[in-house]
Amino acid sequence: MAKKPVIDRDYCMHCGACVGCCPENALTLHEVWIEFLPNCTCCGICARACPAGAIYMEGPK
Amino acid sequence: MMHDLEYDVLVVGAGPAGSVTAKHAARNGARTLMIEKRQEIGSPVRCGEGIARAWLDELGIKPDKKWISWQVTGARIFSPNGSVVKLTEKMAGNEVGYVIERDNFDRALAEDAASAGADIMVKTSAVELIRKDGRVAGVKAKHMGESFNIRAKVVIGADGFESQLGRWAGIDTSLKPSDVNVCFEYTMRHIDHDPNFNDFYVGSCAPGGYIWVFVKGPDSANIGIGTQLSKIKAGERGAPKRYLDAFIAKHPEYAKGTPIREVAGAVSCCQPLDSVTADGIMLVGDAARQIDPLTGGGVANSCRAGKVAGEVAAQAVKAGDFSKRFFQAYEKGWRARFEDQMFRNWMAKEKLVTLSDETFDKACEVLAEAKLEVVNTLEILRLIQRKYPELIKEFEDMIK
Repeated sequence: MAKKPVIDRDYCMHCGACVGCCPENALTLHEVWIEFLPNCTCCGICARACPAGAIYMEGPK
Repeated sequence: MMHDLEYDVLVVGAGPAGSVTAKHAARNGARTLMIEKRQEIGSPVRCGEGIARAWLDELGIKPDKKWISWQVTGARIFSPNGSVVKLTEKMAGNEVGYVIERDNFDRALAEDAASAGADIMVKTSAVELIRKDGRVAGVKAKHMGESFNIRAKVVIGADGFESQLGRWAGIDTSLKPSDVNVCFEYTMRHIDHDPNFNDFYVGSCAPGGYIWVFVKGPDSANIGIGTQLSKIKAGERGAPKRYLDAFIAKHPEYAKGTPIREVAGAVSCCQPLDSVTADGIMLVGDAARQIDPLTGGGVANSCRAGKVAGEVAAQAVKAGDFSKRFFQAYEKGWRARFEDQMFRNWMAKEKLVTLSDETFDKACEVLAEAKLEVVNTLEILRLIQRKYPELIKEFEDMIK
């Protein structure tokens, strides 16, 4: 199992930076929340892109 | 209960690109609807709010104190060792100017669109495309938990950096990490700053980007950062905010202030795309990656492209032709206005992101000594070439 992106909603500013960076179009910005879609490949670019540090990768090392 | 709707032109997204498109579609006779997913147009702000003045006339946008926060007379570029390049407004070719209230600006443009006859719905998202006879023919939309269809002859994707419409329609708008800048900003009060200048700090304080200080008042400014996504390592959480906090901590004149707003966002900094249209759909603004790749400024290009897109959409409705072929008039129009400049500025950005602090210091030193009448990218490259030709090698083609 690869590490998966997890979003901490206490940090999220709903800016959509993660959505535009996703190569798979696997995120959607709803008005004030971000949804990960099933086609996420766990590449981790969203975690690097998040300006506020709201997204991190979690899972077995 | 929401009923299905039918329009000539549907604009998705009510930022500057969307509102200007909707305005020009409506004023040219198209029945136009603009939808915005947020409950409030213009909010939350995701912008440094510095804009040039020169292009507003071209679009008939009248400067209004409702959205002008401050006016500067010049800009300063600070190199890593602190040397300063001063650009007065005349030298910068009227490219510096206003710091705006982006939320008020966006609402003013939306009001213009409404005055021209466009309908607007807020808190309304596009969730999926509707297709008919192989072309895009509307969207499935959602408002307050209710789903309904909006059918349209022309769909405009003005859905910003996080655009999904284009990708759903098969237009490749995906970005390489080197063509994305991720941003964080504080609006701060009680700082010390020269209110005549918007400032730019380059070098390792903002890897692959810059830090801006855009004046909003005698003791307030937007202090923000853009950093190149490719320069952020895995596991480095919230890099833009951390770089910006470190910068402010080193500058007592800013550290003494207090934040009244935090802003996050990202912006594309890529070459012009090969195509921003498909049958039944045109993209505008950051959805079409029409941002100036050097500055990350997108408002001017978005509005210029929006005017063309709105006019072409209305023509398409009159002609009964919603094909990608018909939309070439839009492709030609926006490219004639700023494609060359986008490409040149992308080349310049590609070079600038490779420079060391030492090289930035050298380049700024050359520019600080020069007395320039008009500053543009080419002029700057020529000047640096004279003293440090090795820095400019890859640009020789451009400055012939």
